[in-house]
Amino acid sequence: MAENHSEIRYLTPPSVEIRKKKYCRFRKNRIKYIDYKDPEFLKRFVNEQGKILPRRVTGTSLKFQRKIARAIKRARHLALLPYVTDLLK
Amino acid sequence: MLNHYETVFITTPVLSESQMKEAVDKFKKILADGGAKIVHEENWGLRKLAYPIQKKSTGFYYLMEFESEGNLLDKLETEYRRDERIIRFLTVKLDKYGTEYAIKKRSKKVEKTEKEKEE
Repeated sequence: MAENHSEIRYLTPPSVEIRKKKYCRFRKNRIKYIDYKDPEFLKRFVNEQGKILPRRVTGTSLKFQRKIARAIKRARHLALLPYVTDLLK
Repeated sequence: MLNHYETVFITTPVLSESQMKEAVDKFKKILADGGAKIVHEENWGLRKLAYPIQKKSTGFYYLMEFESEGNLLDKLETEYRRDERIIRFLTVKLDKYGTEYAIKKRSKKVEKTEKEKEE
């Protein structure tokens, strides 16, 4: 079965070892301000339903996660981002 | 103390161009009367809303950046609420990074338009 096959592949040690370490892209690129007027950028931090992705998925530092959350909420208020949807992106 | 603010408002799509201009002028006048200095303005034009507001699916967006005392905001927001043409608004205070970002973005935009003119 195809499903079984992919599961086996995931369990092989090499794929586990080469997992890249997450990093905060704002720290790395020295971005200091997150603009709420840029919905295309903010879309990277929400899932298809428009929910804000957790820090553990994106790797963002706490400081910037708060700023992202604020920016997304502002964008939602201005109808630049939806509060709820299906199949965003 | 003077603060740097940024305000975006959305008007109903039923307005004609001159009506839109009138609305913008009205709010500019409120700011000017309150002693604010308008640093920058931007017309985003008609945009599709991500979700319907007051059963409307589009709206005109307009952005203004200004420097003023904090007590002017109450007045501005009251006027927003009273005005039927405004369906949504947001005013935020820009911190030093926000101000920096806005200035940078503006200069980039100017460069871009200049380049386009050259071409």
